Amino acid sequence: MGTNPVMDKSMSTTESDLNNANTATVTQPDDRDQLTLEQIAATDNFKSETHDALYQESPIINVKNFNLWYGSKQALFNINMPIAEGQVTALVGPSGCGKSTLLRSVNRINDLIDGLHIDGEMDLNGAPIYDKSVDVIELRKRMGMVFQKPNPFPMSIFENVVYSLRIDGERNKGVLEEVCERSLRGSALWDEVKDRIHESALGLSGGQQQRLCIARAIAAEPEVLLMDEPCSALDPIATGKIEDLVEELRGEYTILMVTHNMQQASRASNYTAFMYLGRLVEYGPTRDIFTNPHLRPTEDYISGRFG
Amino acid sequence: MSIHFRRQTEKLKKMVLTLGGMVEQALRDAINSLDQRDPELAQRVIRGDRQINSTEVEIEEECLATLALHQPVAFDLRYLIAILKMCNDLERIGDLAVNVAEQAKFLCSEEEIMHVPYDLTAMASRAQMMLKNALDALVNVDTTLAEGVRAADRQVDAIYREMFELIEAAMRENPHQLTQLIHYLQIGRQIERLADHAVNIAEDVLYLSNGEFFKKNAGDENDTIGRIGHA
Ligand SMILES: Nc1ncnc2c1ncn2[C@@H]1O[C@H](COP(=O)(O)OP(=O)(O)O)[C@@H](O)[C@H]1O
Ligand SMILES: [Mg+2]
Repeated sequence: MGTNPVMDKSMSTTESDLNNANTATVTQPDDRDQLTLEQIAATDNFKSETHDALYQESPIINVKNFNLWYGSKQALFNINMPIAEGQVTALVGPSGCGKSTLLRSVNRINDLIDGLHIDGEMDLNGAPIYDKSVDVIELRKRMGMVFQKPNPFPMSIFENVVYSLRIDGERNKGVLEEVCERSLRGSALWDEVKDRIHESALGLSGGQQQRLCIARAIAAEPEVLLMDEPCSALDPIATGKIEDLVEELRGEYTILMVTHNMQQASRASNYTAFMYLGRLVEYGPTRDIFTNPHLRPTEDYISGRFG
Repeated sequence: MSIHFRRQTEKLKKMVLTLGGMVEQALRDAINSLDQRDPELAQRVIRGDRQINSTEVEIEEECLATLALHQPVAFDLRYLIAILKMCNDLERIGDLAVNVAEQAKFLCSEEEIMHVPYDLTAMASRAQMMLKNALDALVNVDTTLAEGVRAADRQVDAIYREMFELIEAAMRENPHQLTQLIHYLQIGRQIERLADHAVNIAEDVLYLSNGEFFKKNAGDENDTIGRIGHA
């Protein structure tokens, strides 16, 4: 062990090697280190550099050999990605690289798009997400989603939060009130709105609306929170609050977050996945990705030496 | 300051104080081993240095990761820079404590001399106090305490400046103790230098509080004396 650093590096993905023994074009990490992004983008089954630490985690979601097409246009290429339970995982990469597509595939809201076609697998707690027997509505309840633009419903703060319980037919006022308070506290909004929870949610500031959407998501007690650029419409103060909230929710929830903001990924996540033109390039602990990435293209991208 | 970053700086502060505790212990043991002619205690200090070094490396890595991940500015940035510099000084104090322990170990095997010609006890206890106060100053960014460390260094320097003449005189008087006296001279040098590192730590606390770098003036002067003394 540890005699030859080059050797060590090539050995660092033993487990993924076993999992992806079918990859043909590029298999040697030593080669991958020298690849340019253009070369990666020309490879249909590029084998991502996934750091060992990911295999020490228990995955709540597991993406396996996943490909996705919008009509004839392929948007995701052979994605293999375990997502660590109770951690915050950030998806980064230039716009159009497929971050939102991947996120939306996880809770199958992509299903609604005409001409969408997928190949490969995704598991949630070991059970296949893309199985004919899966009740998609139930699946989505297990994964709360927060969008780029806050989208409160045009109703009271209270009704927004308990929306999913109403849909399920919950009528007990005590239960609804309790869930409302717990969720608003959970999303760090309670103190700001507790005296006006029966007023319209549309009167809240953008940052408050986004935290309301997070409250609405966690009221349904999901296992996973999916966030697609949750701060891109917010000012720095509101962004800081959402990032603090993400830090507080970590552990209890698994958070998968798309961000185009590298600093946000570095500040707020435990794991970072760097994507490029539908490929997962490198995936590892955020600290390692930002201090010592394994691949040259990752280094170039995070340093802004790109394009 | 984000919750994440605040937790990170708290963690770093704890790590530095842990390192500080290890270094204080090493220094105390080194001086006790000399006092009590205890070669085993001296050996323990020498062995313990490895852990001090690895703790320093750990803190450095933690600092660098924090800089990369959070890109702090203003006070937060100064804080991380100060911590980086401090753990470097602490590690150096650890090395100097090891040097003292090595001298102590050697002196244990030589005939004991009844009278050390300069006030080693005062010098050692001042230096220890300076280190303790520098670390305490960090805990609450206490600038008064930090200023006190700079002042105390002047007393250590004063003892140090007299030391050469006193040792020289003792050497003339007791030429058969030459070996021991040379080692005591070395010990005085180590303590003077480690006191300077304690001053650096205190100055980092001052830098932290107002962003001004402090230049130590007395240090250069002392180095000259040191060189003359050795010539
Ligand atoms: N509904 C859609 N129909 C067709 N192409 C789409 C659709 N949504 C996204 N795409 C394409 O898929 C690719 C990935 O897009 P997206 O996942 O939104 O990227 P990102 O979120 O990283 O900016 C882009 O080339 C985009 O044009
Ligand atoms: Mg997107």
